[in-house]
Amino acid sequence: MITDSIINDFSITVGTVNGSGSQTSNLTLQRALFKMGIPVSGKNLFPSNIQGLPTWYTIRVSKDGYLARSETTEVMVAMNAATFAEDQAAVAPGGVFFYADDIEQAITRSDIVAYPMPVEKLARESDAPPNLRGYIANMVYVGVLAHILDIHIDRIRQALDFHFNGKEKPIALNYGVVQNAMAWAAENLVKTDPFRVQAMDATDGYIMASGNTAGALGAIYGGVQFVSWYPITPATSLAESLNQYLPMLRKDPATGKNTYAVIQAEDELAAIGMAVGAGWGGLRSLTSTSGPGLSLMTEYAGMAYYAEVPLVIWDIQRMGPSTGLPTRTSQGDVNLVYYLSQGDTMHVVLLPGSANECFEFGWRAFDYAERLQTPVFVLSDLDLGMNVWMTPPFEYPNTEIDRGKVLWEEDLGKIENWGRYLDPDGDGIPYRTLPGNRHPRGAYFARGTGHDEYANYSEDPDVWERGMERLRAKFETARGMMPKPEIVTKDEADIGVIAFGSTDPAVREAQDHLADDGLPIDYMRLRALPVCDEVRDFVRSHRRVYVVEMNRDGQLHQILSLETPDRAANLKSLSKNNGLPLTADWIEGAILAEERK
Amino acid sequence: MVTQRNPQVNLVNLSKTDYRGDPTTLCQGCGHNSISSQIIAACYELNIPPEKLVKFSGIGCSSKAPTYFLNRSFGFNGLHGRMPSLATGAMFADTTLIGIGMSGDGDTVSIGMGQFKHVMRRNLPLVYIVANNGVYGLTKGQFSATAEEGLALKGQGQNPYMPIDIVWEAVVGRATFVARSFAGDPKQVRELLKAALSHRGIAVLDIISPCVTFNNQDDSHHSYAWGRNHEIALHELAYVPPAEEIMVEYAEGESKEVDMHDGSRIVLRKLGADYDPTDRSKILTMLEEANRKQELITGLIYINTGQKSLFNLYHLPDEPLNRLSPDRIRPPRETIAKVNAMMF
Repeated sequence: MITDSIINDFSITVGTVNGSGSQTSNLTLQRALFKMGIPVSGKNLFPSNIQGLPTWYTIRVSKDGYLARSETTEVMVAMNAATFAEDQAAVAPGGVFFYADDIEQAITRSDIVAYPMPVEKLARESDAPPNLRGYIANMVYVGVLAHILDIHIDRIRQALDFHFNGKEKPIALNYGVVQNAMAWAAENLVKTDPFRVQAMDATDGYIMASGNTAGALGAIYGGVQFVSWYPITPATSLAESLNQYLPMLRKDPATGKNTYAVIQAEDELAAIGMAVGAGWGGLRSLTSTSGPGLSLMTEYAGMAYYAEVPLVIWDIQRMGPSTGLPTRTSQGDVNLVYYLSQGDTMHVVLLPGSANECFEFGWRAFDYAERLQTPVFVLSDLDLGMNVWMTPPFEYPNTEIDRGKVLWEEDLGKIENWGRYLDPDGDGIPYRTLPGNRHPRGAYFARGTGHDEYANYSEDPDVWERGMERLRAKFETARGMMPKPEIVTKDEADIGVIAFGSTDPAVREAQDHLADDGLPIDYMRLRALPVCDEVRDFVRSHRRVYVVEMNRDGQLHQILSLETPDRAANLKSLSKNNGLPLTADWIEGAILAEERK
Repeated sequence: MVTQRNPQVNLVNLSKTDYRGDPTTLCQGCGHNSISSQIIAACYELNIPPEKLVKFSGIGCSSKAPTYFLNRSFGFNGLHGRMPSLATGAMFADTTLIGIGMSGDGDTVSIGMGQFKHVMRRNLPLVYIVANNGVYGLTKGQFSATAEEGLALKGQGQNPYMPIDIVWEAVVGRATFVARSFAGDPKQVRELLKAALSHRGIAVLDIISPCVTFNNQDDSHHSYAWGRNHEIALHELAYVPPAEEIMVEYAEGESKEVDMHDGSRIVLRKLGADYDPTDRSKILTMLEEANRKQELITGLIYINTGQKSLFNLYHLPDEPLNRLSPDRIRPPRETIAKVNAMMF
């Protein structure tokens, strides 16, 4: 018997074996729900392995538009015998358990609804050649779920059309299995659970994209000209997206030739070395990596800081230290990138909080890098980078490309006294020239060793201090230039939360729930480091401020404590570090626990 | 009034002074200074405007050298062993420029072996000079990876390891131009430099460049004395610029010519046994034999002008990438809708 329906507000988790092709099925479900107009998010919780280990995919449908991971799973799909028992145990009371009926294990819970699915049988009966049957079998659960949850079949068709890029044969094959599974379910299953979906119009005007795809496209609109990279999870798909879209979007209108070059380097140190060379040469230059690669890049990152070379470095964070958890998300590189390299190195960091913002920072990063003549880090993470998000459409850049202070032949002709590291404007930013400049006074010798204002080698103590002070002044200029934080207030809030990056959906959801429970909080989402005055004001204007982040040591909390030493006692670190995307439940619980102390 | 043409200028109207660098701070007698002088001479004689050339280096005594030549050229003194990657990226900015990379034996085959191998594999147009002295000079006299087994150095004892042969590594690494020379043989260094500067691809020059302070004992394989007494030149090498006649006639079989892409030619006059630098297959045997006989083989060891350079693989516009206007590097506004439609 069906009690009150639960519509558009639950989580689906699919437990499968990795390498079995389930990603196609999971994305098909997610996209079909999106096309039904229902806010939806999907997260791939996968092992560092190619084939044979357990993997899960969670899909959250939320009529209220909450896209964070949920702590609970109401609808479980068990396709993996190895995790059958644990998957069954994980279903929320009153939830649903779909399982492949060839797994001969007992249903032990009486507080959930269990539906068997004849996965092997339907796969065998399909037109699929034997070598594809294993993959196609995953479409069975798409069909069964579609019937039980009311997912529209034409939306599934639309998702398959997209996934297979309009190729008739695989579309027909997969769609056939979905249809057969739906028909089987209609004939053989009686719905006794309350969960279903219903079309809405809440996704109108949105697109679906991963942060890495968005970042790559943003870079292309930012005029990226040189990319050097080395494969590493979870950053690989950013470079691969550049390879995919650059040929489409970046043929020179004048000559039809390529206005870019991409090199897969021999390691990350070579990747950044090439990017530094290209940035110095006057190209909009980019490399993308994750923590272990960043460790290798450290040496050149410091040189780029000191020699003042613009380039953009994407760090798609995964769990460290060391090799850590290569396929699990984290925000553990905040301190690493902020201070990357020996000596008093300080870097400018962009903190995108959505796929859309990955696109925006994708192009803006070059303007900051060239304007400031320094490496700009874009700190994303596995959750934001690799998962597919519903996000507002990408917007064409609303400012002109800013190449910064570059002098060509005719400019030098008008300047008597040019020195590569002179600061004539007083903003800490010097003027640079680029190789190929034919003016006899245009050349200079760049180096990571001590140099004076004219780029000559110098070990003079005063010259050294002067240079480092100017770099600090430049960093202060950056402070005022970087994107301002985004603030979401609640009436009568006197406590605040500061967070950044992929935790945004969880924090917003927690903020709403806490307000409903009588604890209004203001929320500031940082979009860049170094922080600006608004951040200090926010900290000073709230009785207590929680800094929410996904690492062990509260790294952003440390930075903010240094920025507002007078309020350090009122800054509380709330950090979680288990490799899973943060949930609103955890944030609410952590804040309430503190507030009730 | 008659204006007299200054006889002390080259075809691009520059004097040798225009090719100079800062005064050297290396030790007096250092082989690297001799190499710097030959770079100046070669560029002057080839009429290369200094602004058309870019210098790169890593870390070490050798890598300080680029400030001692061509002050009017851009340069970047990079990281230890990482000059090749820096040069690779930078040269994409304007592929009409000529690159010179100055490295040492420690910089290239100890810390930098990986990047050395990969820059050869990619055939980046770059004159890659290794000033090879078998010793770490700037840190005061430790063994480098090219030091011969058994070499004794003050305070270091005896080198227990086998040496790495840079030429061997370059040949095996598929470099398209491989030469060895000796800083004590400036004429050969200069002609090889000219040939290398005309090569469209990676040109590796392993130049034995004695360290007078830490490794110049007569029996050291990287000393002036050893070089003078053991050098066996494969051929007498003459670089003939484009559109110039070959002045000397050689009898049939006495010389070999190699045509370069820019119309110049390298004329190799036979000195001893027949040697064909376009044939890769016999090089290792020749080097092995020379090692056994304790000969320092110099000259153009290998050349392949048929291999595509890195830049030929990228379908780039003729105009340097670093001079493209913003409208040529940002896709037009109307494309954004198409991109959004592709996202689902």
